Amino acid sequence: MTAAGWLTIALFAVVLTALAFPLGSYMAAVYSGRSVILSPILGGPERFLYKLLCVDPDREQDWKAYAKSLLIFSLAGWLLLYFILRTQTLWNFTGLNPTGFHSASWNVTFNTVSSFMTNTNWQFYSGETTMSYFSQMAGLTVQNWLSAGVGIVTAVALIRGIIGRSGKSLGNFWQDLVRTILYVLAPLSVFAAIVLVSQGVLQNLSNYLVAHTITGLTQTIAMGPVASQEAIKMVGTNGGGFFNTNSAHPFENPTQFTNFFEMLLVLIIPAALIFAYGRMTGNRRQGYAIYGAVMFMFLGAAAVAYIAEAHGSPAQHAAGLHTGVIHGSTGGNMEGKEQRFGIAGSALFDVVTTVTSCGAVNSALESFTGIGGAVPFANLSASEVIFGGVGTGLYSILLYVLLAVFIGGLMVGRTPEWLGKKIEAREIKLAGLGILITPLAALFCTALATASSAGRKSVAEVALSKAGGNTPQGFSETFYAYLSQANNNGSAFAGYTGYIQPNAGNLGAHGISFADLLGGFDMTFARYAPILFALAVAGALAGKRVTPAGLGTMRTDNPTFVILLIGVIVLVGALTFFPALLLGPIVQGLTGHLY
Amino acid sequence: MQRDIRTSAIAIVVFTILLGIVYPLAITGISQVAFPGNANGQQIHFNGKLIGSKLIGQNFGTPVLEKNGKVKEEKGAVVTEADPRYFQSRPSATEGGSHNAAASTFSNHGPNSVRTKEANEENIKAYLELNVNPTTKKEYDPGLTVSRIPVDAVNFSASDSTPKSHRANAWIQAYRVASVRRLSLARVDAMIAKYTSSRALGFSGEEGVNVLELNLALDRISAGGA
Repeated sequence: MTAAGWLTIALFAVVLTALAFPLGSYMAAVYSGRSVILSPILGGPERFLYKLLCVDPDREQDWKAYAKSLLIFSLAGWLLLYFILRTQTLWNFTGLNPTGFHSASWNVTFNTVSSFMTNTNWQFYSGETTMSYFSQMAGLTVQNWLSAGVGIVTAVALIRGIIGRSGKSLGNFWQDLVRTILYVLAPLSVFAAIVLVSQGVLQNLSNYLVAHTITGLTQTIAMGPVASQEAIKMVGTNGGGFFNTNSAHPFENPTQFTNFFEMLLVLIIPAALIFAYGRMTGNRRQGYAIYGAVMFMFLGAAAVAYIAEAHGSPAQHAAGLHTGVIHGSTGGNMEGKEQRFGIAGSALFDVVTTVTSCGAVNSALESFTGIGGAVPFANLSASEVIFGGVGTGLYSILLYVLLAVFIGGLMVGRTPEWLGKKIEAREIKLAGLGILITPLAALFCTALATASSAGRKSVAEVALSKAGGNTPQGFSETFYAYLSQANNNGSAFAGYTGYIQPNAGNLGAHGISFADLLGGFDMTFARYAPILFALAVAGALAGKRVTPAGLGTMRTDNPTFVILLIGVIVLVGALTFFPALLLGPIVQGLTGHLY
Repeated sequence: MQRDIRTSAIAIVVFTILLGIVYPLAITGISQVAFPGNANGQQIHFNGKLIGSKLIGQNFGTPVLEKNGKVKEEKGAVVTEADPRYFQSRPSATEGGSHNAAASTFSNHGPNSVRTKEANEENIKAYLELNVNPTTKKEYDPGLTVSRIPVDAVNFSASDSTPKSHRANAWIQAYRVASVRRLSLARVDAMIAKYTSSRALGFSGEEGVNVLELNLALDRISAGGA
């Protein structure tokens, strides 16, 4: 561990907060329909889009209408993306398939499409060996934008339900979507893409380069329109890499600076949304309370991961390596990590992308130490509420807030109230289901994959290790795969794949079909079920009368509530996942034994 | 319902054109004008030939020849052995030969895996052997042992195609390179310093030596005799 490493983590938290705060006020203004700094420029295009889409932005929608628009729009996105990916060679006339890649088979495509529609970006394919530039741009990049938009509008609708004082309206889905894309995602992405190119990220449509190295070898170097996708991949907490090794690849994340910058891009909207929530409720302290709770958990996770990775792994020690800092070298567990990021930059990045639903990685999670690897597990087990994905994080934690209010109400023996609204059986049932449905999907799929022979074939350890995959690592691979997909995260213990590249010929082998299909259902179910529950909660709350807070009302904006909220999140996560976590990462963290 | 279907159908087409075609092409246009070098991968040309990219690591090995003089291949990839004249990149586990920049991959070696230990041991053995003078049978860097090897020298990187390794790794190899190339150690160390990028803003990330640029600079010295 080094002072610079700790400084990175601390300064990151400070810079993030400083940037998220003004963005939060901006977003609150956008979703309250107030004029913002970009309105003079974007007002025209906004109205033009409404006309083009034949929508009346003033038509108010109740939760059912809002949900219906959201679902039908997502389905349309699914169908078009599936079509584009399955007809990859049909688009060769655009000249955007220089390597002449064919489409992947239907099962891999099913998984990929479900993955990008749900903001998961789990990848059973490898970008540079299977996808044409056209598929990456017109297919995958588009869903990077839209899935982020769908997440954000759900959170906005929930906030409107919580603060709504008249009737059942949650706003208009189409208006929210257009505003999200134009006013929030577009400025950030364009800015980020240009900054990234200025630092060395690729942005071209050329053929792959063939270089003749100084020792007389040839090296083919993949090219592509990377920066435009990288920007929205981070800003929209998507996380699907243009290249197979994602943000570890020097063309996606070339320098120490881009690493820091990309981490900020990931967390900026989730953090800003929490502040926006505070402003929209009319009591900024509501936002600060949630921000405090998640920042506390975030910093805890980063510290644990950093300490664990700096310590090194049992395999390194068994091989006789000294994992301390020598002559200013990084030391620690550098297996699967890039020199330019070092231990702190890798540990922090992977915490940033697993607390959110981003799932980009700049180092190999599979190679993290037991305890270091338990951190992403724990982040996912908290159901992506520690900042969480764009929108998803906020609506998920608001469900937890509801639960905490309810539990707090029971403890003090009063009818629970939240922002002046009585919490009754219907809301608690819906929130409870919304919270528990994701863990349920994750555990069900893990059990199915672990118990079936088709599922076990996807575990890399089965093929490679002497213990035949009956190891904690093998279990971790499977468990992480379905936990990550259920939480729409998309990072992986990347050994979990039957897709041994670059031979595209072996699809269908190694249990890949099973994992494709199960994963696809896992992602889709665990995305839309909680969205529906969140919207239903919004609908239930929207019509309630507001009673002024009295002396005995339990406050939801003070430190006591922050502690209660953290307690509820940790308790639910631990009770749901602790047995499974023990079998995988924790047992590896507690032993120096090699398997 | 019908209204939603119609709007969704129009919306997905409109957004695909705007966000999937106009946006990436616009960024490509801006980048090609404003940052052509970066946008095209920081290519390095030498004598009119493309040698590689500043951002992508290479295999600094020479092809192993079979007895009949043919280049030896395994699994469709040329078998190479490390060239002692060059600083070596971090180990790479890509298929189709190491540092395959058209198919990046993680090594996916688990922390408690026997495979990981064996891979580490193999890399350590290769590293130590390369740094032994074949005629005197002594280490170029006196007293080099396992426990002095910086971890990045023998652990697989994440992208498996990174050009960066740590200075401590380069300092060890400097003894070998200086000796083989008949340069003074001080001069090689100075060149290492020249091609080392520091932490961003003084704290973020780690220092890293760009091994490709360093090797190219060495070749220029040897060729020019300067």
